[in-house]
Amino acid sequence: MFELSFIWAGIIAFAVLTYVILDGFDLGIGILFPFANGEQEKAAMMNSIAPIWDGNETWLVLGGGGLFAVFPLAYAVIMPALYMPIILMLLALIFRGVAFEYRWRTTRWKPVWDVAFFGGSFVAAFMQGIALGALVQGIEIADRAYAGGWWDWLSIFSLLTGLAVVVGYSLLGATWIILKTEGSLQRQMRIYAWWLGAGTLGFIGIVSIMTPFQDPEYFQRWLNLPGSALSVIMPGAVLAAAWGLFTGLNAGKDAQPFLSALSLFVLCFVGIGISFYPNIVPPGLTIVDAAAPDSSLRFALVGTVVLVPLILGYTAYAYWVFRGKIDPEEGYH
Amino acid sequence: MFDGFTAETLARMQFAFTISFHIIFPAFSIGVASYLAVLNGLWLWSKDRTYLTLFNYWKKIFAVAFGMGVVSGIVMSYQFGTNWAVFADKTGPILGPLMAYEVLSAFFLEAGFLGIMLFGRERVGDKLHMFATAMVAIGTLMSATWILSVNSWMQTPAGYGINEIGQFVPEDWWQIVFNPSFPYRLVHMVLAAYLTTALVVGGVGGLHLLRSTDDAPARRMFSMAMWMLIVVAPLQILAGDFHGINTLEHQPAKVMAMEGHYDSHPDGAPLILFGIPNPQERRIDYAVQIPNLSSLILKHDLYAPLDGLDTIPDEDEPPVAILFWSFRVMVGLGFAMLGLGGWSLWRRMRGQLYASPMLHRAAIVMGPMGFVAVLAGWITTEVGRQPFTVYGLLRTSDSLAPVAAPAVAASLVAFIVVYFFVFGAGTFYLLRMMNQTASIPHLGLNEGPIRTAGITPIMQTDPDSIPANKESNDV
Ligand code: HDD
Ligand code: HEM
Ligand code: HEM
Repeated sequence: MFELSFIWAGIIAFAVLTYVILDGFDLGIGILFPFANGEQEKAAMMNSIAPIWDGNETWLVLGGGGLFAVFPLAYAVIMPALYMPIILMLLALIFRGVAFEYRWRTTRWKPVWDVAFFGGSFVAAFMQGIALGALVQGIEIADRAYAGGWWDWLSIFSLLTGLAVVVGYSLLGATWIILKTEGSLQRQMRIYAWWLGAGTLGFIGIVSIMTPFQDPEYFQRWLNLPGSALSVIMPGAVLAAAWGLFTGLNAGKDAQPFLSALSLFVLCFVGIGISFYPNIVPPGLTIVDAAAPDSSLRFALVGTVVLVPLILGYTAYAYWVFRGKIDPEEGYH
Repeated sequence: MFDGFTAETLARMQFAFTISFHIIFPAFSIGVASYLAVLNGLWLWSKDRTYLTLFNYWKKIFAVAFGMGVVSGIVMSYQFGTNWAVFADKTGPILGPLMAYEVLSAFFLEAGFLGIMLFGRERVGDKLHMFATAMVAIGTLMSATWILSVNSWMQTPAGYGINEIGQFVPEDWWQIVFNPSFPYRLVHMVLAAYLTTALVVGGVGGLHLLRSTDDAPARRMFSMAMWMLIVVAPLQILAGDFHGINTLEHQPAKVMAMEGHYDSHPDGAPLILFGIPNPQERRIDYAVQIPNLSSLILKHDLYAPLDGLDTIPDEDEPPVAILFWSFRVMVGLGFAMLGLGGWSLWRRMRGQLYASPMLHRAAIVMGPMGFVAVLAGWITTEVGRQPFTVYGLLRTSDSLAPVAAPAVAASLVAFIVVYFFVFGAGTFYLLRMMNQTASIPHLGLNEGPIRTAGITPIMQTDPDSIPANKESNDV
């Protein structure tokens, strides 16, 4: 049968993935911000995302709002379970978001908002990684409510995934800057991207090895169909993406490193999806159980089917309007 | 700092604190977005430079306020889950899709076209730029529409059923979206946003007129704002009256508390203008009242009986003192706005709109009052819904997430510290921008290198056509 909840799981996954890769490079640029030399390079980095960051962040609102709409139970257990990382992420996003405007409105306090931009981006990325790790570890549920403790989210594993996301986002950010700039900033980022690429691959390896130990079920999913088919393809695909990244960097290509880094993220995301399926919140809450009644799913789906393609259309248009290299002299401020 | 409070009280404080901050920014940006669309349209149509100057001036102010609205809004969309998880689980099937529609039809629209509106005039040309500006304005209005539908459903639930696990489930989406209080609330809120903006624009115009009556952009904005005020303030009072009558029908206890009617009045209720609510004795001390006027306003009949709080079980009563005061603040300010509008009309008819320092001073004083009225209005609405989150159906005490008081207290302190720091700084920058006159060309103050290769030749010669002025606002 046509199971609405699975369609919705796919849509939410799509929203989260879109958020991760789009705001991923924004946050990555924030993390790399302190390493820029001089005001001009800083301005170029920030201006390369100034017109689009708000749209990118809106996918996070869709992820949260969508979860509330179609999987209210999942929303109601995940948020209290990840209380602290979520609140810290929200606070961090406040600092990151206002820095875009504030830093141009003052000279004396400019350094303050530069730190806010870096710190906000770093903490937001780190908390998102921790939240991911905590979710993989599993969330305890009893009577339709979170039943675990306040610090359950904190573990070696979640700290590791936190760092992994910081490094991965930085890779996205560095390759985006390669795409959008030229000259010394671009050269510097090529070198960074090389090391960040190596780091990201290292983290992917470690986290992949540790994941099955969080819950033996994950192991089963990778050994049985349909997971097993992908178990064969996955390592190859990751290697291909890595190859694309490093050859692109070495050959001085502009777009190839960014696209390869994006593919790495997509692959990891698919991998996590396979581990989770058919749960939405491991270890015990399934997609079907968490779903809202069909009438809610149907009502929301109508709008989604019409509006998401439209959104993708005008988002692509906005990217197109601001295509090409950043002119360091241009800005709006 | 918050020892001895229950998790519920703390979560309520946190929600009230964060949403009160949030609403300040949308109330302003809904109005400014429409104002910008009007200014840009007038500039393209009339080719009068003053409009373009004003557009560029308010655009930068808008960008800062909008940024603050976005970041404070993102907090809101996660707070339903972190602090009110039971509420989220139970109302998600109904409120979730409405909020999802808000994201899809409003937030993306704003965000997608904001960049083009702020940075893109040269890149896309005037027509598309106008389109983007209009889309941003429409986006803010759509956002208000959906979120007010959500809020109104919590006030006057309709079109729902309750399933075996206690969730509200949708039965009729039309009734849910267009629930009984929604049309009133939407009109009243959008008018409030326009009034708030008109007052801010009028205050800024007044300030610069006091400094120089020849300041052309200041004259233009002051005049536009005062027109807006005299048209919208009466409409708002009318809308508020209808809103109140509707509330009397659906949430009588709220109106009793607003009016301070502890006791029933079988043959016509008085309108209490002022007084001190005394919750212990259940009466209004030192009341100054006009006999039978309340019945006239609410029932359009001097002698219509009105029930009082004595007909409501104590455990279902909202806190009277807060409602009594917040309602009076809002209504008082509404009439003050009408007064300012009337005064300006009189000076205008005398041909002295720009030569009335007292009027300009009054406009400055009234500048922030829209925000005060909006907050007072929301406090009336929301506190009046207590002790329920979904009126009559779900109690606030049954909505809470399984959160521990120390965690909520810690995050509350963090929110308070961060909000005052971040939004305090933002408000300072906004005020400083407003303190600068719009009439001086900005290019001379460029802090960056003078651009050598513009995209269009006009850019070198005409400062105002550059959306990209790097003026320095140094302290
Ligand atoms: C500039 C802002 C502003 C001004 C001048 C007024 N209001 Fe208002 N009022 C609001 C802004 C607002 C608001 C913020 O928009 C509220 C909160 C929720 C809502 O729907 O509108 C509101 C709520 C609200 C409610 C509560 C309805 C409910 O919760 O069910 C009533 C009865 C009124 N208003 C009535 C009035 C009257 C009679 C006014 C006459 C002077 C007035 N308001 C002026
Ligand atoms: C934006 C303007 C708003 C303001 C200033 C505001 C203010 C408040 C205040 C002061 C309370 C506390 C009431 C009390 O505890 O006595 C409250 C509660 C609440 N409001 Fe609003 N509100 C606003 C809009 C909204 C909207 C649009 C929604 C829903 C989408 C909403 C949902 C809630 C909920 C769920 C509570 C329950 C928590 C509680 O009772 O403390 N509010 N609000
Ligand atoms: C609890 C209730 C609310 C929630 C959960 C909420 C959520 C949000 C979110 C997530 C954003 C950021 C959107 C983006 O990324 O662009 C936002 C911004 C905005 N919200 Fe709210 N909001 C609430 C109450 C309100 C109310 C009561 C209004 C107006 C009546 C409103 C109007 C707006 C507008 C116009 C924006 C655009 C940003 C701005 O204008 O500053 N919101 N809100």
